[in-house]
Amino acid sequence: MKTNRAVRVPGGLSVRLDVRAFTVVVLLMVLALGASVLLVGTGDFPMSAADVLTTLVGQGSEGQEFIVTELRLPRVLVGLLVGASLGIGGALFQAISRNPLGSPDILGLGQGATAGALTVIVLFSGTANQVALGALAGGLITGTAIYVLAWKRGVHGYRLVLVGIGVSAVVTAVNGYLLTKSDIVDAARAVVWMTGSLDGRDWDQVWPLLALCAVLVPVVLANSRALRMTEMGDDVSAALGVRVERLRLVLMLSAVLLTASATAAAGPVSFVALTAPQLARRLTRSPGPNLIASMWMGAALLVLADFVSQRAFGAEQLPVGVVTGVLGGVYLLWLLVTERRAGRI
Amino acid sequence: MSGAEKKNTRRSTVNRLSAENVTLAYDQRVIAEQLSVEIPDHSFTVVVGPNACGKSTLLRALSRMLKPAEGRVLLDGQAIHSLPAKKVARTLGLLPQSSIAPDGITVGDLVARGRYPHQSLLRQWSSEDERVVRESMARTGVADLAERYVDELSGGQRQRVWIAMALAQETPLLLLDEPTTYLDIQHQIDVLDLCADLHEEQGRTLVAVLHDLNHAARYATHLIALREGRVIAQGAPEDIVTAELVEEVFGLRCQVIDDPETGTPLVVPAARASRAKADVRKAETTKV
Repeated sequence: MKTNRAVRVPGGLSVRLDVRAFTVVVLLMVLALGASVLLVGTGDFPMSAADVLTTLVGQGSEGQEFIVTELRLPRVLVGLLVGASLGIGGALFQAISRNPLGSPDILGLGQGATAGALTVIVLFSGTANQVALGALAGGLITGTAIYVLAWKRGVHGYRLVLVGIGVSAVVTAVNGYLLTKSDIVDAARAVVWMTGSLDGRDWDQVWPLLALCAVLVPVVLANSRALRMTEMGDDVSAALGVRVERLRLVLMLSAVLLTASATAAAGPVSFVALTAPQLARRLTRSPGPNLIASMWMGAALLVLADFVSQRAFGAEQLPVGVVTGVLGGVYLLWLLVTERRAGRI
Repeated sequence: MSGAEKKNTRRSTVNRLSAENVTLAYDQRVIAEQLSVEIPDHSFTVVVGPNACGKSTLLRALSRMLKPAEGRVLLDGQAIHSLPAKKVARTLGLLPQSSIAPDGITVGDLVARGRYPHQSLLRQWSSEDERVVRESMARTGVADLAERYVDELSGGQRQRVWIAMALAQETPLLLLDEPTTYLDIQHQIDVLDLCADLHEEQGRTLVAVLHDLNHAARYATHLIALREGRVIAQGAPEDIVTAELVEEVFGLRCQVIDDPETGTPLVVPAARASRAKADVRKAETTKV
């Protein structure tokens, strides 16, 4: 089935539109934003979707205004941004390593960020913001280490994945050591952080994430056509005029920044970076990194997971990371099983 | 500096693509030293030589996939590595030995990717792109396959699709690294016929690495014979392919006769018994 349509504007502007992929992106946006509205209405003072929308445009009562903009909206926005960053970061890593297992969770970025956060929690008993900074630093250091260790006349897929798995093992051991060193209060705090949670997130977490996404997402999207060429191997893409190594460096740096800061904001939310790109690809049925679809898939997954966990267990009961693991994992398994029946891989 | 510029202007009036005293190496392993090669414009140049003689390495250097340790590759009189990547990609195309078709891509979409160097962020899919892609598929006989998935195709069809992608790049120079490997004889001839058509009808300059000396002699207008990173002979196949050359380049005793179909040189390896006798004789003469 061919679904490409050419869209041309007089004056030379022209794009190629994959109708199916476009529809999938629109539906995922509707899903993510719709779930966000419902999520804002969820809690000890339930609000209808209509109330939430009128409050968001500034027509609500003072009480509603407070609940929405001060308490619930920042948490939902952090969820959307973290999900989007993990989705697009995971898609980038998988495209660069040419391996569906090449996601930040497997490559040890999550563990690296955890090591940074644990260091701050266990050794310095730092504040929440200091923990976030520690996580960001841990993620960036791990990302740099993986890039440097995997570099051998260019970074290649298998090397990247293997080096990442090795780094991940080392950092996991460090994390285990830090946990055993800690007292019971710090250990409990650390474990909650390590599961990934949106509980108590406010505007302080929203702004840095939003600013980073506003800069990096356009950079990434501007390079997405070149990234698509690298699917055909380094030689073919270089012959087509792609500067492969520079492209990889720019995109890996962006992906590390996005995933590390998402992890800093919400903890290592499991599985979103791994599953979102795979789910997106199976829905759009188009080759290529599917960056925009992966981004919205990540956002939708995270907000839906938070919605499910709040509806079923209450706001502070179940960290969102548990639900993304179950939800994303089961959905991916289901897709793989149905695809195998349909004869696709 | 001004001397180099003068040299550049002089060169640009000669052939568009050449290698000038290049030393080619992977890390410390040197493949060729001080190698100079000219690709005559509008020729169908074929590079031949035994395994590991550096023919694929030379092609990689000519297509800027490998940066020479010394010397330089010139494209239109300028060092190819100093030119903008996309600009080179509009002049010179390469079909590498191994290329990966992305999962679940259709023939039409793969061929369309050949237009990448002609596109930009705002100009992603012009009607010109569409026309060239359609023509490239028609030329290579894969137009009927446009909606099919590349994974479903046979080896011969797939090679045609990759050639179509390289054609869509619309480059006056096209480099092919062993385009007939892994194909059965009928599809080998099929691909070579296609190359000959592209060369004759569109005046493109083609450079191919081929394993089969007889195919090379039949299709090439210009032949380059390499051994251990050095050019042993170059010129029209009729002029240079002799029993002595084959023995020197490949270490094989043979007869060279006229191809009954085309009149081009045809290499017939000597029978096993006579080669064994010759080896004994050679061994005895060296002993004395």
